[in-house]
Amino acid sequence: MDSTMMYSLLTLGGVAGGFAMILYIVARRFHVEEDPRVAEVEAMLPGINCGACGFPGCSGLAEALVAGAEKKDLSGMYCPPGGSDTMSAVAEYFGLAAPTSAPTVAVLRCNGSFDNSPRRAEYDGPSSCAVAHKLGTAGSACTYSCLSEGDCVAACNFEALYMDPTTGLPVVIDENCTSCGACVTACPRDLFEIRLLGKGKKPRRVWIACRNRDRGAVARKNCSVACIACGKCVRTCDTIVKAISMKDNLAYIDPDICIACGKCVPECPTGAILATFPVKAKQEDSQEPVSTGTENTH
Amino acid sequence: MSKTFPMGGIHPPDTKISAAAPITPLAIPAEVVIPLGQHIGAPAEAIVKAGDKVKAGQLIAETAGFISANIHSSVSGTVKKIDDVADPCGYSKKAVYITVEGDEWAEGIDRSSTLKKEITLDREAIVEKIKAGGIVGMGGASFPTNVKYMIPEGKTADTLVINGVECEPYLTADHRLMLEYADEMLVGVEILRVALGVEKAVIGIEENKPDAIKLLTEKSAEYAGITVESLHMQYPQGAEKQLIKACTGREVPSGKLPIEVGCAVNNVGTAYAVYQMVQKNQPLVERVVTVTGKQVSKPSNFLVRIGTSYAACIEAAGGLPEDTGKVISGGPMMGMAVADLSIPVAKGTSGILMLPKAESVRPEVEHCIRCGACVSVCPMGLEPYLLEKFARADKWDQAEQRAATDCMECGCCSYACPSGRPLLDYIRIAKGEINNRRRARASQ
Repeated sequence: MDSTMMYSLLTLGGVAGGFAMILYIVARRFHVEEDPRVAEVEAMLPGINCGACGFPGCSGLAEALVAGAEKKDLSGMYCPPGGSDTMSAVAEYFGLAAPTSAPTVAVLRCNGSFDNSPRRAEYDGPSSCAVAHKLGTAGSACTYSCLSEGDCVAACNFEALYMDPTTGLPVVIDENCTSCGACVTACPRDLFEIRLLGKGKKPRRVWIACRNRDRGAVARKNCSVACIACGKCVRTCDTIVKAISMKDNLAYIDPDICIACGKCVPECPTGAILATFPVKAKQEDSQEPVSTGTENTH
Repeated sequence: MSKTFPMGGIHPPDTKISAAAPITPLAIPAEVVIPLGQHIGAPAEAIVKAGDKVKAGQLIAETAGFISANIHSSVSGTVKKIDDVADPCGYSKKAVYITVEGDEWAEGIDRSSTLKKEITLDREAIVEKIKAGGIVGMGGASFPTNVKYMIPEGKTADTLVINGVECEPYLTADHRLMLEYADEMLVGVEILRVALGVEKAVIGIEENKPDAIKLLTEKSAEYAGITVESLHMQYPQGAEKQLIKACTGREVPSGKLPIEVGCAVNNVGTAYAVYQMVQKNQPLVERVVTVTGKQVSKPSNFLVRIGTSYAACIEAAGGLPEDTGKVISGGPMMGMAVADLSIPVAKGTSGILMLPKAESVRPEVEHCIRCGACVSVCPMGLEPYLLEKFARADKWDQAEQRAATDCMECGCCSYACPSGRPLLDYIRIAKGEINNRRRARASQ
């Protein structure tokens, strides 16, 4: 063995040894004790990092749950996509009571279909609601309405949304919706809202399917099913539970107060209030149901 | 070779078919709709109510904030209502509806055509007058003119740059104005020069308007400070930063204003409006609008009262051609397709363009082939293909690092892209998002 090789081996060996030393010291000195429970809890969560819980991803919620378990309190931490099954599994792991939350679902607050709110111009820009919203002239004459370009459908990770080609409106498939809120963020016109799913086998819920804040006459001119802020629903509900309020020419039904009685639905002169269940029309008008569930009205 | 800006740019066919049409006053319509937000900044606040009698030139809405502009009635008549009207974008804005009765002007306004050369006011009085007259940039952006002349502390100006470039295809409003109102416009430039407190004023005009260059060179000889610069044809030379670079060789830094390099830029239309206000007391209530298109029977340049509907302008130019695919507010490069012809002409409406169906369709979108055409034509030195990618992927931080907000939305990238990609559409999204995030950061 000649000396060149000797020197090479010694130098490289020395360098490697030196670095190994440094690594060893650093690893010892800066060792972070990780709670093994975080990883275990995270494994129980869906692992889709949707952010619907309000924490940064599933690991964020797992950390919060472990921290909560230390204080024997898991309230305020709920994984909407995982639902009660996931939460009870997590609670069982800690030996605590499972945090509960009433199931929710994404609801579209616009019924401006091709028939109800005719399109005034042909939009030939990129197929993106965000772009169409910027240009403004796209979609129907109602500047609060659905632009039909499907940003919400693209944002949904759970195949809970599809675009109905006959109406130009997205449809929520309740069973698939995890209420993660991706569609709420994606819609440039803020048409989606996460609302309580409602009670019953076929969940009952009632909502205002409109976001138009124009004056009634203008709103009605641009869309036959727009909320015209007449206040009839407010007056009706005021005698029942006072769930409906009026702001900026637009009625809003508070899902936390609403008992889904459906009394407001036939009161609406434009049919802007939708319900997931059939509602009988008022006696003096006709006997036909005015609203027959989400699937049919969209 | 004559001067131009060095980076990027394109030269689309100029198609200035209305260049020979003299400016003719358009008949006053039966009703005008005057939007309260015709400028960049806060919309003005109405000071009239339904039933009020107003005269032409009377103040009907006052500035609301530092960056805002007064609005004056363009006609005499009765205020019908204050209600919403769509802007070219399609979104509703408040506007004053006035039913026209006769054509009576408010007191003190000189409607005669006698040229008044002598400038009697001092700097501050001029700026005050410009503000009172509700004068905004007539080139298209509609930035309140008086704000440009309030020079921030520590900054000094030495050159006034006047934009007579009109690099947008089709538009001829500024060209005709320079030819027909050269004397008035030059007095306007002189007033702006005094307002800025500088010795030098440069009027930049592109070579495709040799008659305007010749006329203004002759006429400006009597003004010691004013020179005319003949510029090579290159879009978007009418953009502030590009025009400064072409005329003075100075480069405005990213995110900064022209005052940073000692300049202020105003359009020739603005100079004319300033003349009207300062010398004749007439606020900004009318403007020259080019109504044009290849199939339009009478391509024209009209002197239009603010608030006249697009439909009335189009009617006067021979009506909407049958084959029209899009009606554009402004020029074909930066203008906006409108969906409703009842919308009113505003202070910033430089043209109404009717494009035939065949020319108004977007090309089919193909994949980016990394040819770099968009990069080589971007006058701001940006990478449009990359910004589009970031915008599509919601990577706002990266778009911000790559100076997406420097984009002035000239549309050269989309024009040059051989794959027909909607580059500008997505850069606009990125700009909006970045500005929202900056505001959110600032308020934290």
